[in-house]
Amino acid sequence: MNTQKPIAIEARNLTKSYAEKSVLGGIDIAVPEGTIFSLLGPNGAGKTTTVNILTTLIPASGGDAFIHGNHVVGDADAVRKSIGVTGQFAAVDGLLTGRENLHLMGRLHHLGKAETKRRTEDLLERFDLMDAAKRAPATYSGGMKRRLDIAMCLMGDPKVIFLDEPTTGLDPAGRRVVWSIIRELVKGGTTIFLTTQYLEEADELADKIAVLDGGRIVAEGTPEELKRLVPGGHVKLRLHRGDQVAKTVQVLAATVSDTDPLGVQVASDGSIESLRRILDTIDREGIEVDELTVHTPDLDDVFLTLTGHTTNLEAAAAAA
Amino acid sequence: MSTLAYTVSDTSTMLRRQFKHMLRYPSLTFMLVGMPVVFLLLFVYVFGGTIGDGLGGPTGGREAYLTYLTPGMLLMAIVAAVQGTAISVAMDMTEGIIDRFRTMSIARVSVLTGHVIASVIQSFLCIAVTLGVAVAIGFRPETDAVGWIGLAAVLLLISFGLTWLTVGLGMAAKTVEEASNTPMPLMLLPFFGSAFVPTDSMPTVVQYFAEYQPFTPFIEVVRALLFGNPVDGVDLGLTVAWSLAFALLGYVISKKKFNKR
Repeated sequence: MNTQKPIAIEARNLTKSYAEKSVLGGIDIAVPEGTIFSLLGPNGAGKTTTVNILTTLIPASGGDAFIHGNHVVGDADAVRKSIGVTGQFAAVDGLLTGRENLHLMGRLHHLGKAETKRRTEDLLERFDLMDAAKRAPATYSGGMKRRLDIAMCLMGDPKVIFLDEPTTGLDPAGRRVVWSIIRELVKGGTTIFLTTQYLEEADELADKIAVLDGGRIVAEGTPEELKRLVPGGHVKLRLHRGDQVAKTVQVLAATVSDTDPLGVQVASDGSIESLRRILDTIDREGIEVDELTVHTPDLDDVFLTLTGHTTNLEAAAAAA
Repeated sequence: MSTLAYTVSDTSTMLRRQFKHMLRYPSLTFMLVGMPVVFLLLFVYVFGGTIGDGLGGPTGGREAYLTYLTPGMLLMAIVAAVQGTAISVAMDMTEGIIDRFRTMSIARVSVLTGHVIASVIQSFLCIAVTLGVAVAIGFRPETDAVGWIGLAAVLLLISFGLTWLTVGLGMAAKTVEEASNTPMPLMLLPFFGSAFVPTDSMPTVVQYFAEYQPFTPFIEVVRALLFGNPVDGVDLGLTVAWSLAFALLGYVISKKKFNKR
C-alpha cells in the first residue's frame, strides 16, 4: 500500500570501507514518505555508518544516496535542509540550558525570534521538559537528555528524521516515551529512519525492517514477514527422568537439547492453546517435568536463522 | 538572505554560544587572565631590580625593567589567551553537538569563526587586565591617540593570527590533553625574543634565532607604539606577514579537519 508514495530515502549499492576493511558491502534502501524504516542489527553491523552517509556526515566509498531526490554529496546543503538527526550520543550542548539549546537550534534555522520562542515552548511542553528548561543537560537523566536531543532535531521541522539507536541505554519507561514520540511524528507525515538492536522495538514501530549483518542486508520485509522467517519460538522442558526422554520426543514431536540430556524442545508460538496442548499431553502420558520455559523469537533467533551465527552476547542479553 | 548574511548570522549565533560557555565556565578565563599578570608581577618584583640594572639605561632598577617588560607582557597576554582557544576548540570537537551542526544547513565556517572572534575578545580582555596592572604598579605609556589606535590594530592583527593558528592546533589534536600541550612552544617564544631582555645580550646562536622568530618583531612594534616612537618598517612588515601566515595556516588546517572527521 505504500508503493504509490514517493521515495523519501534512497540508497543504491552503498559501500564504505576504511583502508582495507569493508564496513558496508553494498546496500540498497528505499523508504517511502511518511513511513518508519528500521535498520536492525548488532553492534558493528554498519548501522551508524549508514546513518552517517545518509546524513552527509561522511562520504560513501561507492554507490549513491538521495534524500527526497537530492544527492547526499552533490546537493548536501539541500539534504541538510530537509533532515533532522539524533545520533547515538546525545548531541546537546552541555553548558547551555535546555531552553538555550532549543533557542540555539532556532537561530541556526533562521526562524526569527517569535517563531523560535513559540516552537521552543511547544517542544518543552510536548516532551515534558519544562522542569529541565532552566538546567544544563549535565544534570539530566538519560531519558531527559534523549528527549531534549529529539526536540532539538525537530526545531527545524524536518521532513525526514534519522534516529540512531534512540533508546539504547534508556530504562523501559524512557523507551516507551521515545516510542510514543516516534509514533506521533509519523502521524504528522514525517519519514523516519530508525536504527536499533532491539527486535521488539523494530517490531513495535517499523513499517519495514532491514536486517543488517556485517555490512550487508540479509533480510528485508514487514515485521510479520520477518517473523515468519524465524521459527525460533519453542517451549523448553526439563524432564525429571532420563528414561522418559525418548517417549517425550515421540508424543510431542520434540527435539533433544544439545546441551542438556534431560532437556527437550517443542516448537510453539507461545500461545495459550499451544501451551495447553503440551501440558495436556504431559499429564496424559505421565511425564514428570521439573521445569518449563517459554522462548519467543528474539534478535538472536533472527540472526541465527538469517546468518547462521548469533549476535554478540551483550546485545542478545539486552534484547531479551 | 544571501550566503554572506547567513554566514554573519550563524557566526553571531556561535559567538553567543561561546560567550555563554565563558560565563558558565569562568575558571578557564580566570586562569588565562591570571597567567600574564603573575608573570608581570614575578619578573618586576622578583627579578626586576637586578635585570633593570643590567639594561644599561640612565636610571636602571625595577622601574626601568617595568618599562622594558610591559610590551612583551602584552604579547604574553595574547599567548595565554590563545592557549585556552586550543583547549576549548578541542573540547568542543569531542561534543556530539558538533556532529549535529555538521548535519544542519548552516555556514560551516561559523563554528570556527565563532571560536576565533570569542578568543580575540578574550585576548583583548587579557591585554586590558595586564596593561591595567602594569599601569597600577607604575608603568607609564607615552603615546597619542594615533599611537593607541595603531597599537590596538597591531594587537588585533597578532591575536587574530595566533588565534587561527591555535584553532588549527585544537582541531588537529586528537585529545583535549594534546590540545593543551601543542601550543606550549608559543609560550616559550617570547623568552627567546626581546620580551624579557634585549636580544644583543644573548649568545650568538640564540640571538640569531631571536632575531628571526616572529615574536621579536611583534614585541618591537608594540614597544615603539606604546612609547610613541617611530615604528621600524621591516618590523611592521614582518608582523603583518607572520600574522597573516599564521592565520592562513590555522584556517587551512581547521577547515580540512572540520570537513573530514
